[in-house]
Amino acid sequence: MQNGYAIELKGISKYFPGVQALKNVDFNLKLGEVKALIGENGAGKSTLIKILTGAYSADEGEIYIFGQKIEKMTPIISEKLGISAVYQNLVLAPHLTVAENIFLSELPSKWNFVSKSMLFKKAKEVLKRLEYHEIINPNEKVKNLSVAHQGIVAIARAISKNAKIVIFDEPTAVLTSKETEELFRIISELKKSNVSIVYISHRLEEIFKICDKAYVLKDGEFVIEKDIKDTNEDELISYMVGRKLKRDFYISKEKGKEILRVENLKNEKLRNCNLSLFEGEIVGLYGLVGSGRTELARAIFGADKIDNGKIYISGKLEYVSNTLKAINNKLALIPEDRRNQGLALKLSVKENINLPVYRKISKFGFINSKIEKETALEYVRKLDIKTPDIYKTVQNLSGGNQQKVVIAKWLASEAKIFIMDEPTNGVDVGAKEEIYSIMNELAKNGAAILFISSYMPELMGICDRILVMNSGRIVANISREEYDEEKILAYAIKTANFEGVDSK
Amino acid sequence: MKKMKFNTQMILFLVVVALWIFLAVSSEYFLTYSNIKNIMRQMAIQGVLAVGMVVIIITAGIDLSVGSVVALVNIMLSKMLANHFSIPLAILIVLIVSTSVGLINGIVIYDFGVPAFIATLAMMTIARGITLLISGGSNVFGLPRSVANFASSDFLGIPSLFWFLIITVVVTEIILRKTRFGKYIYALGSNPEAARLSGVNLRLVTYGVYALGGFLWGIGGVLETTRLWMGVPTTGTGYELDAIAAAVLGGASLFGAEGSALGAFFGALVMITIYNGAVLLNINPFWQRIIVGVILVVIVAIDQFRKKRSND
Repeated sequence: MQNGYAIELKGISKYFPGVQALKNVDFNLKLGEVKALIGENGAGKSTLIKILTGAYSADEGEIYIFGQKIEKMTPIISEKLGISAVYQNLVLAPHLTVAENIFLSELPSKWNFVSKSMLFKKAKEVLKRLEYHEIINPNEKVKNLSVAHQGIVAIARAISKNAKIVIFDEPTAVLTSKETEELFRIISELKKSNVSIVYISHRLEEIFKICDKAYVLKDGEFVIEKDIKDTNEDELISYMVGRKLKRDFYISKEKGKEILRVENLKNEKLRNCNLSLFEGEIVGLYGLVGSGRTELARAIFGADKIDNGKIYISGKLEYVSNTLKAINNKLALIPEDRRNQGLALKLSVKENINLPVYRKISKFGFINSKIEKETALEYVRKLDIKTPDIYKTVQNLSGGNQQKVVIAKWLASEAKIFIMDEPTNGVDVGAKEEIYSIMNELAKNGAAILFISSYMPELMGICDRILVMNSGRIVANISREEYDEEKILAYAIKTANFEGVDSK
Repeated sequence: MKKMKFNTQMILFLVVVALWIFLAVSSEYFLTYSNIKNIMRQMAIQGVLAVGMVVIIITAGIDLSVGSVVALVNIMLSKMLANHFSIPLAILIVLIVSTSVGLINGIVIYDFGVPAFIATLAMMTIARGITLLISGGSNVFGLPRSVANFASSDFLGIPSLFWFLIITVVVTEIILRKTRFGKYIYALGSNPEAARLSGVNLRLVTYGVYALGGFLWGIGGVLETTRLWMGVPTTGTGYELDAIAAAVLGGASLFGAEGSALGAFFGALVMITIYNGAVLLNINPFWQRIIVGVILVVIVAIDQFRKKRSND
């Protein structure tokens, strides 16, 4: 407390297999200060927050909270010190009441019996601080509240513990503009009572409304810290960008016929998406988490319902209403979550590769074991999948080799249109480069690839053009000659009222 | 992982061998032709049920309605035979009924989203209730002599009943290993979402395994009828436990994607050996249930341990 700092982080480093998430980062937060923590996807913001709340432990560096050195931060110590966090994806228990959620970790009780009246009274007090006591009933079940009101409950929970440091991680993602205004009012109240605040948001205009300072991370490294008064949105964006791949993987390919056209695709998460892919093209799809990238991929592949819209394959209207029809139309989806969606982990390499093709290689339901084995061997060799044999279960392979198995199964199915959702996520550098080469090879042979990634350098390094998504819309279609990281990021971040573009 | 699985099956094999040596030494009757044939007859029904169960367990499912469906088939078949129906027609009818019951399980589980445990628990009480209603709660007599003769008949020196088990094991093993349906069963058990995104029709696979289960419960019920030579509305109680125990004992994982028909066969063999041995050694029959219960716990504990190991 002596030095006026709520948080001092010195030389924090954190290493995950394949990626250095934080490199020798210093971070300070004064008492009563509101500091924005900004950076692109994967810049290390979440890792930094998780180290503060004790969810991860740092590999190197020192943590001081109110001037006191913390040897080993744990979630319990973090909470005792008065650190509390509001996350974007709300962590509430939907079947419990508002009051129970607010006081979940320390229910007021008498002889171990929860006192309902006391709980109600205390919850009312907390909500009153937020001026929501008239609007939200503490005895209502959380699942009956609107998402915005659930956000308020999450904030109530954070301040109920007499929090001295509150971390807001993309708090406005679920809030309406009215609630956002309320949140800003709450934050300034907290600031007045000397609470220190870390504010993470992609919506830069918010930062200019409520923050004192902006702290920029890039590739796990500290870039700059600016007084809000002395900067503007464009300058901050220019600090966030500028990462590069080690080398350019781009090759020129022959652009062929249109192979996929999506018109006015619409569902809960998508608003009138239009796009075209041509043979021999690798098209990037950039967007922030929650922009609808994954939803678009799944909708095209028939994995999620669509309310409206048309999908043309090689100029012919097709109803891709389920994944089997997608596969028959030579579509392939490499899903974002490899372990939970891409692979049957307990099955062998051979079976995973053959899963989409069993239909083709069987007669009267009986599989042609010879073809099955040859197919597996062929793609293990082609993609250089490192496995002792094709009978090994895929859970024993490394992340990169698992991803290659996912790609192999779509090669085996002779797909021509590949939708790859974060294919290089969680794979090491070597495997990443191999995956880029595979993509180039595919495109050269006439396939079309829609490459979804949050890592802009890899999109710029390999794609013929980049589509940008923002709030369920495709808002930009940028050709290779016009690549400009700042511009792309601005399209993804800014909440302007974009009209959907025709992205051909 | 692979090594660990191998070890579990090795242990199972050693348990069988140890039990057989122990029993051969303790009782001179154990290794006689007539006792071995006796074991085969006892094992036939339980083995068929265990094989059906293992297929369902591979999809990470479960079916608790086994015993009740066996009883339903037993009563329906006995009623029809006592009323001079043609035997093949009567058998065809009960097999259609039991397969339909399985199909209903599949529909309730897949389309209504009811967890397999609950759906088949409901079917267990419903089928038992129908059985009691049809029979009025009393046994059904007057079945043709030929039915009982079949149960004690041999074919090529092996009890006819046991042939059913052999055929069931072989056919199921071929389905699991050599057919598309078999691969989809394992894929569903390992990761339904990955299977769906690979174009597998999860609805048909779910219908298929529970219907196949129902068909095999029907076969079990028919065999049970030949052995009892009457209709007993309370028969089959606890068969689901034996079937699950045998399947898991034979290497099936309740978390899905692991197990085989041959494994279930050996699992059933261990359990029947214990039952048979207990009788030969004059052990109070009530102990049999206790031993089976203990074994079940031990196996599932091993299963958990295996899963933990494979996650590390």
